[in-house]
Amino acid sequence: MPEAAPRVGLFVTCLVDTFRPGVGWAAVKLLRDAGCDVDVPRGQTCCGQPAYNTGDRADTKAIAEQTIAAFEGFDYVVAPSGSCAGMLIKHYPQLFDDGSAMRAKAEALSARTHELVSFLVDVLGVDAVDTQFDGTVTYHDSCSGLRELGIKDQPRKLLGSVSGLTMEEMAETEVCCGFGGTFCVKYPDISNNMVGNKTANIGATGADTLLAGDLGCLMNMAGKLKREGSAVQVRHVAEVLAGATDEPAIGEAK
Amino acid sequence: MDITSPAFKSNVKRALADKQLQRAMGNVKVGFVKKRSAARDKLPEFDQLRDQARDIKDHTLEYLDLYYEIYEQKVREAGGKVHWAATAEDARDIILKICQAHDAKTVTKGKSMIAEEIALNEHLEAAGITPVETDLGEYIIQLRNEPPSHIIGPAIHLNRDQVEASFRRAHDHLPDERSLDEVSELVDEARQVLRQKYIDADVGITGANYLVAETGTSIIVTNEGNGDLTQSLPKVHIVCTSLEKLVPTLEDVSTILRVLARSATGQEFSTYTTLSTGARREGDPDGPEEYHVVILDNGRSDMLGTEFQDMLRCIRCGACMNHCPVYHSVGGHAYGWVYPGPMGSVLTPTLIGVDKAGHLPNASTFCGRCEAVCPMHIPLPKMMRHWREREFEHHLTPRTVRTSLGIWAFLARRPALYHLASSVFIRALKLLAFGRSRLKSVPLAGGWTRHRDLPMPEGRTFQEMWRAGGHE
Repeated sequence: MPEAAPRVGLFVTCLVDTFRPGVGWAAVKLLRDAGCDVDVPRGQTCCGQPAYNTGDRADTKAIAEQTIAAFEGFDYVVAPSGSCAGMLIKHYPQLFDDGSAMRAKAEALSARTHELVSFLVDVLGVDAVDTQFDGTVTYHDSCSGLRELGIKDQPRKLLGSVSGLTMEEMAETEVCCGFGGTFCVKYPDISNNMVGNKTANIGATGADTLLAGDLGCLMNMAGKLKREGSAVQVRHVAEVLAGATDEPAIGEAK
Repeated sequence: MDITSPAFKSNVKRALADKQLQRAMGNVKVGFVKKRSAARDKLPEFDQLRDQARDIKDHTLEYLDLYYEIYEQKVREAGGKVHWAATAEDARDIILKICQAHDAKTVTKGKSMIAEEIALNEHLEAAGITPVETDLGEYIIQLRNEPPSHIIGPAIHLNRDQVEASFRRAHDHLPDERSLDEVSELVDEARQVLRQKYIDADVGITGANYLVAETGTSIIVTNEGNGDLTQSLPKVHIVCTSLEKLVPTLEDVSTILRVLARSATGQEFSTYTTLSTGARREGDPDGPEEYHVVILDNGRSDMLGTEFQDMLRCIRCGACMNHCPVYHSVGGHAYGWVYPGPMGSVLTPTLIGVDKAGHLPNASTFCGRCEAVCPMHIPLPKMMRHWREREFEHHLTPRTVRTSLGIWAFLARRPALYHLASSVFIRALKLLAFGRSRLKSVPLAGGWTRHRDLPMPEGRTFQEMWRAGGHE
C-alpha cells in the first residue's frame, strides 16, 4: 500500500504573494512533482519580521500565533525563502515563555517547517530535477538561509541536475547583499554600498543569470543591476528548478 | 572624546565619500577574513575551544563577586592595590591622583580601550601630564589627534602616506632625505622616538586582556612588545581595565588565548603574552615599585542578569567588525565613539545611552556573520534586536517608522483584510507603473529608489490566483 502523500502547507511569504506570484507556482509544482499534497491556508499573512526587527514584540507575537494556528494539521510547512522559514523555525519559539502552551505549539511548528529547496533535498531526498535551462548562472547565498538554516549545497545540487545550466560562483557569495528588510530603506547609503559590491562580484562572473532563494535579496540585487544598466537576468532559484522561466525575469518587460 | 553617534547618518555619508578610507576598508574585508579562516582550519578543536571559552566566561560572570574577593586578596598579597571605579570620572580621578602622588610629568601607555572609554589622555593633559601612546597604531592616531577606528587596529583607516606625513610633521628632527617609504622604516622611526620616552616616563599605564583570580595577575597580549617596556621601566604601573576581564585560573586564560589571536589576526598566538603579578619584590632585577589595578564598571554590572549579560563575555578580538559588511562600508569612526562594529553596536548604547547610540543597533541587516565568527558565541544580532525593543518600548523609534509599522501590523493581524489590501496595493502600484516593468522613483519609497529601481508586481496576488483555482 503506497504511503499517503505528505500534506504540505505553503507559506507563500508576503513578497512572493504580492510581487512575484510565479515563485509560489514554481514552489507548488516542485512540491507536487515530489509527491506532496499542497495547500495554501488563507490565515497566513507575513512571518512578522518587519515588526520583530523593529522591536515591536507584541505585534510579532500576535502574527506568530496567527501563523501557528493557520498551519495546524499540516505534516510540513514550506516557504520559498530562507529568511521567512528561519523566522518560523528559529525565532517563533523564542517569542513565548519557556513551558507555556504557545511555546510548545511554536516548537511543533518549528520542527515541521522548512525552506523549499532544503526541504526537497534533505527531507524528500530529491537529488535531481527534470528540466532545462540554457545559460550560465551565479548563486547568492542569502544570509538567513545560509547561517540560520545551513542552506548551501542543496540549491547547488539541484541546479547541477538542470540540463544546459552552467554554474559560475561569485566572489564573497556568503556576504550580505545589503537588503536586510527595513534596513535598506532606513540606511539606503550603506545598503547601496553593500549591494554595489555584490553587483560587482556578480558582474565579474560573466554569468547571464543571478539566482537566490529569497525574493527580498533578489529584488534588491535586481533593482541595483537594472539601475546600473546590467543585462544580468534575476530569478528565484525555484523558477529555474521548476522550469518556469517563460515569464520575464525580475524587473524585466514582457 | 566627542560623541558623534547621534550623527551616524552624516558620518556614514562622509565615510562613503572618502575614497582613501574606502580603499583601506577594502583591505580589511579581505585580509582579516582570510587569515582567521586559515587559522581556524588548522585547528580541528577550534569550535570546541569556543564552547569552552564561552563556558568559562559564563561561569565567571555567575560568580563574579566571589572571584573578585579572591582576586583582590591575591593582588594585595603580591604588593599591589585594587581600585574600584563605578564611573569613567571615578577611574580618571583615581589614575590622575596616583600620577600626581608621584609628581608625574610624562606617562607611557600601552594600548587600552578602557583608557579610550574614559578619555584618559584628555584628562591627564588637562592636568599638565603628557601621555605618550606606545602601541604603534595608537601612537599614530595620537599624533593625528584622532580616535581609534578599530579595537585591535586603531589606525587601520590610514594608509602609509598618511602615516609618513604625520611622522614628518611631528618628528621635526627628521631630515627630508631620510626615507620612510617602507612600513619597516616607519616602525623603526617610531621605535627610536619611543625608546627615550619609556626611560623618561614616571608612570606606565596598560590595559588588561585578562585578570586572573587565583594569582592576582593581569595579562596583556601584544605584537610589539611595547606593553612590556611601558609597564616594567617606570616606577609605577597602573592597569586600567574593566569588570568583565576576570577569569578564575591561568588554565582558563590558556584556553581563551587559543581562540583570541586566531579570531583576531589569524595568528596562532600573539607575539607577546605578558603576565604581571604585583610590584617588584626583593631580589627582582626590574619591575615597578607600585602596582595599581583600576577596575571600571561604568554600567557593566547593570548588564548582569539582563538580556545583555552575554556581551560581557567579549574578549575584544575584533572578529565581529572584521567580518561585518556594514563596518567594511563605513569604517570605525562613523559609529561615533570608542567601540565600532557589531560589538560596539551592542555595547555603546549601554555605556552612553540608547537615546544617543540608537542608530548603531539599527544599522544592521542581521546577516549573522558576526555571531558566526564570534569566539565567545555572543548572539550579537539578537542583542541588537533587544536594543530595538527597548527603543520601541520607550517610544524612541522614529514616528514615521512607528506609524507605517502600526498600519502594516493592523492589517497583518487580520488575514482577510490583509489579502484585500494587498490586492488593492499591487493594483495601484501596477497602475502607477503605466506598463513599465520597473520604476526609477516611487512616492514614499525614496529610500529604495534613491539607489535602485523597484521591480513592479505582476498584477494579481498569489492568494487571489490560488483562490481562483489556478495559475493562468
